[in-house]
Amino acid sequence: MLALFLRDIRLSIRAGGGALTGVIFFLAVIATIPFGVGPDLNLLARIGPAILWIAALLACLLGLDRLFQADREDDSLDLLVLGHDRHMLALTVLVKCLAHWAGSVLPLVVAAPLLGLFMNMEPIGIGATTLTLLVGTPAITFIGAAGAAVAVALPRGGLLISVLVLPLTIPVLIFGVSASYGAVTEPDPFLQPFLILAALTLFLAVLGPVAAALALRHGTD
Amino acid sequence: MRLIAENLGGERGGATVFSGIGFVVEKGEALVVTGPNGAGKSTLLRVIAGLLPVAGGRVRIEGGGEDFPSIASACHYLGHQNAMKTVLSVAENLRFWRDFCGAPLLSVEEALETVGLGGIGHLPFGYLSTGQRRRASIAKLLVSRRPLWLLDEPTAGLDKASEARFGGVMTDHCRKGGIILAATHLPLGLDGAKALVMGMAG
Repeated sequence: MLALFLRDIRLSIRAGGGALTGVIFFLAVIATIPFGVGPDLNLLARIGPAILWIAALLACLLGLDRLFQADREDDSLDLLVLGHDRHMLALTVLVKCLAHWAGSVLPLVVAAPLLGLFMNMEPIGIGATTLTLLVGTPAITFIGAAGAAVAVALPRGGLLISVLVLPLTIPVLIFGVSASYGAVTEPDPFLQPFLILAALTLFLAVLGPVAAALALRHGTD
Repeated sequence: MRLIAENLGGERGGATVFSGIGFVVEKGEALVVTGPNGAGKSTLLRVIAGLLPVAGGRVRIEGGGEDFPSIASACHYLGHQNAMKTVLSVAENLRFWRDFCGAPLLSVEEALETVGLGGIGHLPFGYLSTGQRRRASIAKLLVSRRPLWLLDEPTAGLDKASEARFGGVMTDHCRKGGIILAATHLPLGLDGAKALVMGMAG
């Protein structure tokens, strides 16, 4: 399993891996917001956490279609499915999700504080948003894995995956943003939405891979 | 150990590709599946591996013991693609499959040496020619132990010398008690292999 994790990390950082695509998309979205909204610093600071979250969510969805498709194209997926008796397929999917998260989504979390400056956010707000992104984005990857597994056989499945997955990620977005706001605006609480966000991630860490494994087992042709 | 198929049927996209296939392959034997394009050779291998649902009849493995209770756990499946990543080096690819499949047999260097690719393990897989890629994925069969080999057009793209070398590798596998099921158009150089011709009337 460690071998699979390392392989996927290697693939994501080597040429054509797409580790940077998400970050650049994230950067592009955040950088254009002030131009669209105008130079109202207070407004930017107020919408900052929400914009960061939405941009991160979309950037997360960007690379999801390659999660299983790359393996399907070269028949690796068949061998991963056949390995079911040794490594439960859901576990294999979980490891792939974790590798995808570490390779493509973690850079977004790392870039978030810098982009928070673009939005004129306070340091504590930046910290809270980064923390909620760190805890919440794995949930998006886990849901996305189920979508990616369903659409694995479609050659241009990227958009379909986004459409399938986006409604399911709304709870993550809501609690992520409300926790981020809770840290800066009184009397909104930070801890409660943050704990629900953590719970969502843990819950989806089980449900997503199981659903994806089911879809993959029945999707081979 | 033996592989038994009884009245096996397979379908693709709702249409029956073949039905009523039956065979028994004993330990140390090879079965070469031949037939025209579209006869269902690849489908048969995928049904046996469990990658496609069985449409009728059944297929099972007997005497696999604790290590290999099911066909999926006992088989190496070599498909049309090579299941190797082009941006990783040959050795990295093989090392990954060795770790993932478990039951390590040969070391990566030994396996590459066996297929005549010694000394190129450091090259990215994408740099190799078609024949070299095929040989590298044959090396994948050697790095972890599986008694049953399901080979789909294993010699596609190989030159004469490599074909002969691969024939030796397969003969060796059978001699050690392995089972080989190969779908192919080309003679594989396997002595005493059984033959199954698909797509014939009746």
